[in-house]
Amino acid sequence: MNIGLTHILTISTALFFIGIYGFLTRRNMITMLMAVELLLNSVNINFIAFNKFLYHDKLDGVFFTVFIITIAAAEAAVAIAIIINLYRHYKSIDVEDADTMKF
Amino acid sequence: MSASTIIFYILAAVILGGALLAVTSRKIFRSAIYLLFSLIGIAGLYFYLSYEFIAAVQIVVYVGGIVVLIIFSIFLTHESGGDMKAPAIGRAIFSALAAVFSFALTMIIIRKQEFFPTTNAAVEPSVHNIGTQMLSTTAHGFILPFEVVSILLLTAMIGCIVIAIKTFKPKV
Repeated sequence: MNIGLTHILTISTALFFIGIYGFLTRRNMITMLMAVELLLNSVNINFIAFNKFLYHDKLDGVFFTVFIITIAAAEAAVAIAIIINLYRHYKSIDVEDADTMKF
Repeated sequence: MSASTIIFYILAAVILGGALLAVTSRKIFRSAIYLLFSLIGIAGLYFYLSYEFIAAVQIVVYVGGIVVLIIFSIFLTHESGGDMKAPAIGRAIFSALAAVFSFALTMIIIRKQEFFPTTNAAVEPSVHNIGTQMLSTTAHGFILPFEVVSILLLTAMIGCIVIAIKTFKPKV
C-alpha cells in the first residue's frame, strides 16, 4: 500500500481538530498558544502535501509554508510578551481572570 | 507493508500522540515537552516527503525557537510542577464532540474528493531552487512578500520589547 495524499490529509485534519479541542478546553493562555501552534502546523502539512502530490511543478506550497512559519514565530513572540505583561497585572495567566475589558 | 509505510505510521503516531497529550496533560511543563515531540514528528514528516529545507526550518524555528520561548514563559509565570485545574466536564464533552464530528465531516469530504495531479515535469525542492525563486524579481518571484515579512518581523520584535518592558515609576 502506498502512502498517498489522503493519508497526509488525514494526519493534518486530525492534528487540526486536536488543536481545536485544546483551544476550546484549555483556560490557560500558554496552553492555548500551544494549541494555536498545532493548528498552524497542520496547515503547513497541508501546503507541503498538496505541493508534493498535486503541483510538484511549482514551489508555491514551500513558500507559503516558510512564510507561515515566520509569521507563527512573530505571533508567538508577541503573544508571550502580552502574556508576561498580563501576568504582572493580574498575577495569573488564566483567561477568566483577565476580564477588565469584558462588557 | 514496506519499510516506508511503517516509518509513515510511526511518524503519524508520534505527531498525533504528542499533540493529544499536549492538549490533555494536566502539568503544563509536560504539555510543552509533548508539543516538542509533536513538532519533531512533523519535521520528520517533511523529511519523509523529501522536503529537507522545510524540515530544517521547522526544527530551527519551532523546536529551537518557539518551544524554548514557551518553556521560558512557563518558568516566568508559573510555579512549575503544580497541576492545572481540569476543564469543566460539560465544556470538555462538548468540545470533544465538536472536534470529533468536524473531523468526521472533513474526512468524508476528503474521501469523496478526487485529486488530479499535474502532469508537468517536477521541480526539485532544493535549497538552490527555493532560494532562486524566492529572491527573484521576475514575474514568479517572491521578493515582495519576503521584504514585507522582514518588516513584519522587525515590527514584531520592537512591539515585543515595548509590551514586555518594565516601566519604572519616577520616585516622587
